[in-house]
Amino acid sequence: MRHTISLLVENEFGVLSRIAGLFSGRGFNIESLCVAESLDPTVSTMTIVTTGNDAILEQILKQLNKLINVIKVVDFKEIDYVSREMVLVKVNAEEKTRPEILRMVEIFRGKIIDVSSRSYTIMITGDEDKLKAFISLIKPLGIKELVRTGPIAMARGERMMKIKEKTETKGGESNG
Amino acid sequence: MKRTGAQIFVESLKAEGIDTIFCYPGGATLNITDALTDISQINQVVVRHEQAAVHAADGYARASGRVGVALVTSGPGATNTVTGIATAYMDSIPLVVFSCQVNTMLIGNDAFQEADIVGITRPCTKHSYLVRDVKDLARIIKEAFHIAASGRPGPVLVDIPKDVSSAVGDFKYPEKAVIRSYQPTYVGHTGQIKKAMRLIMHSKRPVLYTGGGVILSNASQELTRFAEALSIPVTNTLMGLGGIPGNHPLFLGMLGMHGTYAANMAITESDLIIAMGARFDDRATGKTDEFAPHARIIHIDIDPTSISKNIKVDIPIVGDTRNVLTQMLKIVEEEKEVYRQYHRSIADWTDKIGKWKKDYPLTYQRNDTLKPQHVIERVFELTKGKAIITTEVGQNQMWAAQFFKFLKPRTCLTSGGLGTMGYGFPAAIGAQVAFPKSLVVDIAGDGSIQMNIQELATAVQYNLPVKVIILNNGFLGMVRQWQELFYEKRYTWTRLHSPDFVKVAEAYGAVGLRIEKEADVDRVLKQAFKNGRPTFIDVHVSPEECVYPMVPAGASLKEMLLV
Ligand SMILES: Cc1ncc(C[n+]2csc(CCOP(=O)(O)OP(=O)(O)O)c2C)c(N)n1
Ligand SMILES: [Mg+2]
Repeated sequence: MRHTISLLVENEFGVLSRIAGLFSGRGFNIESLCVAESLDPTVSTMTIVTTGNDAILEQILKQLNKLINVIKVVDFKEIDYVSREMVLVKVNAEEKTRPEILRMVEIFRGKIIDVSSRSYTIMITGDEDKLKAFISLIKPLGIKELVRTGPIAMARGERMMKIKEKTETKGGESNG
Repeated sequence: MKRTGAQIFVESLKAEGIDTIFCYPGGATLNITDALTDISQINQVVVRHEQAAVHAADGYARASGRVGVALVTSGPGATNTVTGIATAYMDSIPLVVFSCQVNTMLIGNDAFQEADIVGITRPCTKHSYLVRDVKDLARIIKEAFHIAASGRPGPVLVDIPKDVSSAVGDFKYPEKAVIRSYQPTYVGHTGQIKKAMRLIMHSKRPVLYTGGGVILSNASQELTRFAEALSIPVTNTLMGLGGIPGNHPLFLGMLGMHGTYAANMAITESDLIIAMGARFDDRATGKTDEFAPHARIIHIDIDPTSISKNIKVDIPIVGDTRNVLTQMLKIVEEEKEVYRQYHRSIADWTDKIGKWKKDYPLTYQRNDTLKPQHVIERVFELTKGKAIITTEVGQNQMWAAQFFKFLKPRTCLTSGGLGTMGYGFPAAIGAQVAFPKSLVVDIAGDGSIQMNIQELATAVQYNLPVKVIILNNGFLGMVRQWQELFYEKRYTWTRLHSPDFVKVAEAYGAVGLRIEKEADVDRVLKQAFKNGRPTFIDVHVSPEECVYPMVPAGASLKEMLLV
């Protein structure tokens, strides 16, 4: 099953390789990974998307929790969440295809962020389905290059990734 | 006050109350080595191979319950520690291993004697640090000791570049390690504990299955009291031996691949397994699908990742085993009336177990050859169980586990998780340093002892009177046993040519003794145990003896091959 996992981690060197090691050591592929500083500069937020056997993934989640530098782990399996991703696409833009491209960018509420004589660079944000739809529509016009950020995620409503909560999650989790 | 990194290192160890380090020098250690000149507060045991430094620190830690410390140089010194670190990691032993590193500026440049030891050991350490600035050194040392010893213990590596040990900084040793992202759960959830007690009350065929966690949390007294209060039989994993006295009437012996008939049958027929500080390792469970098929399972462990990893658990309790046992004993105490009757309701079960124990005891075929099992039995009798036993790996390890009745915790020092040949001798050295007056005995094999035999020099230099009993069968016996049973006796690679171990011992300045027949066993062992010197005892045992019972790999626990 596909999982989107959010983590709060210490903003230090070495943390990422420990986390990556838990996945690679079990032959799990990380489909995407986003990391950046959070509101508190000593803490980074990470969003990982991975696919795999649920039992093994549960083990990985526990192991993530166990890492000394990991402050909090949330698997968005049972939590309602929003997630967004950004894609940059460089497409062929010739005289006759330009209006078509512009129309599509407008429909998808994207932006053209760079223009050259033969290409447009388009930025689109959205959830996975939206990006997929856009990419498949634009493909026939000739994609030269495409870069995606991978999704970032956040729980809906009042739920938050707070640092304080983590002790309970860490130890009490298996207390049923 | 300003101090160099090396001085900060020394002051930090003193502040931490460290009395012993196991070490080996090199270019990168020089600043620290020099700062340790004439520091008599810290006993500095220089070994002959860095792997042995870590095993010795590990033996020191297992025997004493304190954190073991090793210090080595960069590059090859650091890489030599890997087996020792992995051994400690698998058995959750608290260690802090200090490796020295090339200058910060050179890191990543393939500098002379550079190895990325933090990277190499990442999967086998509880945590690790690369110290980049002298101002972080004292804090990191404080954190390292805290992390190693707390929660589920484990080895922590601290890598100190040479320019950090020479740099000058302020020294103030922190009173406390504050790590916001690390707060192990010690106290078990009361609701869960109550649920567990109710389940126990309603069970008819309960078994306590306990492991290294009971030893690590110093819970053996509580375990014994709890078992006695309810008359519940106890089986131990290899790591759990000594958790309840080996001669206790409720003790079933070890379970698993080479476990006793009674223990493996009790697990198979049980309706309730109470697992404490054990992790359902495959050597203990046999085929997991058929492990305890009729039982519900209560699992008490400080590490949530151990719970429901191999076997699905009904009542998980995260917490320190000693704490949880104390909470459980309190309930038994408060509801005396209820629990006093319990042993009667399981009398059929305890009778059945008693019969298994009587009908199928651990045994071996006696004939006119010298049997390794007999040697272990005599070691137990002659020492009255008052010895710290370390083992190597192989048949020697299993016979020690079966035939020495460990009466106390922290007296069975063995590489359980990783199964590291070469562990026992340096571990014995570490235990002897921790307890200079105790009798420390390594039960060895002729194969394993060659893996760290160079430590004879360390034992002689520091006059550590460890006894190494080499069960010399001329084979890598355990592998040979598998070849005998499953590969039609093709003994490829497993016949051993060994040196004359008596002469080897003597060449190092130790005592070498030999036993070739049963009649000499007691006399020579007695002589060795009282000579006060490091001693090798080369015992020529019957070469093709097998360890029984044996559960073949992949079979369920009830499918034991018996003698
Ligand atoms: C470092 C290491 N290498 C290989 C093994 C695999 N192995 C397990 S038991 C064993 C034989 C040990 O021989 P010996 O020390 O003579 O003990 P015996 O079984 O004969 O008592 C071997 C090679 C191991 N456990 N550790
Ligand atoms: Mg042998």
